[in-house]
Amino acid sequence: MKMTGAQIVCESLLREGVEVMFGMLGGAILPLYDTLPQYPQLRHILVRHEQAAAHAADGYARATGKVGVCMATSGPGASNLVTGIANAHLDSVPMVAITGQVARPFIGKDAFQEVDITGITLPITKHNYLVLEASSLARTIKEAFYLARSGRPGPVLIDIPRDVFIEEAEFHYPSRVNLPGYKPTLQGHPTQIKKAAKLINEARQPVIIAGRGVLISGASTQLKELAEKALIPVITTLLGIGCFPESHPLSFGMLGMHGMVYANMAVDKADVIIAIGTRFDDRATARVSGFAPNARIIHIDIDPTEIGKNVRVDVPIVGDVQTVLAELNKLVTLAQRTEWLRQLDDWRREHPSIAIRESEGLLPQFVVRQIYEVTKGEATIVTGVGQNQMWAAQHYWYNKPNTFISSGGLGTMGFGLPAAMGAKVGCPDSTVWLIDGDGSFQMSLQELATIVQDNVAVKIAIIHNNYLGMVRQWQELFYGKRYVATPLSCPDFVKIAEAYCIPGLRVTRKEEVVPAIERAMAEPGPFLIDFMVEPEENVYPMVPPGAALSEIIEEPKTRLKALSDSAKLPTSNI
Amino acid sequence: MAVTKHTIVALVEDKPGVLNRMASLFRRRGFNIESIAVGSSEVPGLSRMTIVVDGTTTSVEQVRKQLDKVVDVVRVSDITDTDIVARELALIKVKATATTRSEIIQIVDIFRANIVDVGTDSVTVEVTGDEDKINSLCNLLRGFGIRELSRTGRGIRELSRTGRIALTRGGSNPLQAEKEASTTRAQKPKG
Ligand SMILES: Cc1ncc(C[n+]2csc(CCOP(=O)(O)OP(=O)(O)O)c2C)c(N)n1
Ligand SMILES: [Mg+2]
Repeated sequence: MKMTGAQIVCESLLREGVEVMFGMLGGAILPLYDTLPQYPQLRHILVRHEQAAAHAADGYARATGKVGVCMATSGPGASNLVTGIANAHLDSVPMVAITGQVARPFIGKDAFQEVDITGITLPITKHNYLVLEASSLARTIKEAFYLARSGRPGPVLIDIPRDVFIEEAEFHYPSRVNLPGYKPTLQGHPTQIKKAAKLINEARQPVIIAGRGVLISGASTQLKELAEKALIPVITTLLGIGCFPESHPLSFGMLGMHGMVYANMAVDKADVIIAIGTRFDDRATARVSGFAPNARIIHIDIDPTEIGKNVRVDVPIVGDVQTVLAELNKLVTLAQRTEWLRQLDDWRREHPSIAIRESEGLLPQFVVRQIYEVTKGEATIVTGVGQNQMWAAQHYWYNKPNTFISSGGLGTMGFGLPAAMGAKVGCPDSTVWLIDGDGSFQMSLQELATIVQDNVAVKIAIIHNNYLGMVRQWQELFYGKRYVATPLSCPDFVKIAEAYCIPGLRVTRKEEVVPAIERAMAEPGPFLIDFMVEPEENVYPMVPPGAALSEIIEEPKTRLKALSDSAKLPTSNI
Repeated sequence: MAVTKHTIVALVEDKPGVLNRMASLFRRRGFNIESIAVGSSEVPGLSRMTIVVDGTTTSVEQVRKQLDKVVDVVRVSDITDTDIVARELALIKVKATATTRSEIIQIVDIFRANIVDVGTDSVTVEVTGDEDKINSLCNLLRGFGIRELSRTGRGIRELSRTGRIALTRGGSNPLQAEKEASTTRAQKPKG
């Protein structure tokens, strides 16, 4: 049947199971929007800034495991998507971005609102396309979704000139893709799996480091089986949080720069590390030369470029985490590791890491704990970037996959509100809390209008410290307390909410915290709480930049002075 | 770790932007591409790309894996340690006066190169061979004054067994006997 390019796009999206798209229109993509009323099954959510469209698609994808879709017009619309696309790229989030482009005769002529978006996004997409005839649209969309969700997921951008939306072509949706250069390895090599099993069975002090790959692959069950069958403690990365229940006796928290002391010690003392679906990011490993000095490393990942990229690996296994673990689990045996587990328990007792100090004032850690208590640990938590993000990771216990949603690789301030919106749209039955920084929130608060217009019941907790807190913490510790450009004046967030017709409360004292959270939960729609916290509270534990995991600082008061005296300058970026 | 010359051969889909995608991976990691040659392959719709870069073995292996990840790249290998025939074509425009012309022609003959264009004050020389041969010819011609030089970059074939025998017997040029036959074992020999 003959259809217009715009109809072909909609038909194809339906066949890919798309139910919602986040976007903002303009001249070049107008023909597509004009066709949307013919497809009421495709819900469109109008954002107030395209970056939010990408973050919302990202949050939707992380919460549901499905491909998130965002759309924008040519030129500034497309370039506004860029940060959101880069964010999805670094965290391997399946996403399809559709951009309008100027009509074919105008391409390359610096026409009105023309940017070379395929050129711009080349290094931050898994793949991208400029579609030059309507007859290739269906095949391109089929490929784009396949690429976005298969193998190591990532964002794929499709750039469509205005006149291609209008051009007519026959519509056939292909049943399969033909991509000779793209064949992700799913099965792990049997010999490698045997080697890994042998290493695990002989290990005396093994540790599992589980990353977001476990969540992407849906391998939580297999991970639990491995841990329980072979009695191996599980530590996660920031993005791996939730892939293993944090209330499980074998769970030993998160590693890395703001990880738990006992987790970092376990990695430091391990004789075998089983790294699963993680890429050894520098925030997780700290100084690589001091990373797990005694361990032999088994690395399971679907992406061969990650093997040996950052740390040396003894047994690489390229394959899908779930498939590989299912095989590996057949070969591992129960070992006696009472001593090692007792050791870890002792470390956990001696270095509780997330104890909350006594304080008159309102502590951000306390706020997060209370959100945990009131939501009984069953909410989906979306975070901003900075201290708020680390406290949300440390002080809430995550027991289910995909319930902790945070910008890891790119660390994008402004991710929170739109991502929370996407998560709530994808999982309308979940309670979604945004725990955001006062700085991060101000980078995307215009989306309050979107959650009102589309009735997205996100609960918002602002950790209001009047600082770009994480950077201030670095200035305090490593730059002689020179607080340059980190003090932050904020609007009255409750009034801001009110202006958007969102009810809200300001909380300044401890005893107000729980009632406020309960009030938010009772509200059917969105709700905002402005938590006025201790402004100069720091995130601990902390591995100083350039230090090894074992050099983690846990007692700020004694160690802090020594640190600023030595004026040790950071070697990596914030 | 030692920096050495690596030759990477990739079979890629013949689509717009592929070269850009590949080059971008090298640029991002700070590699300087020494030469790059692209042309159709024996498979319709696929092109063969030959890229020569300097780098440590681990860093080049990382880019090779990244290249392999590019959706349009069907296959990519670092053939540095493989026996290969490598050839390059160069066009060299040399200043030539009545007095120097015959000397130039002599050199051209020794290198089994050709003169493809003659002007009033210059000649254009066409030469095919491995990089060493072209470098030596350029060095000799430099004395006369090279006006323009254009090189294609490496074209490469892995050596078949019969090919190896034929080539070893073939080299007859006095200057190039060794090199001409050169199965350019581009880097350290395996054995
Ligand atoms: C878009 C962007 N710009 C700058 C930074 C650098 N940065 C990292 S954390 C941070 C401070 C965040 O402040 P806030 O949102 O108030 O969170 P807090 O640390 O105070 O909890 C900054 C500026 C960033 N991560 N992202
Ligand atoms: Mg702040």
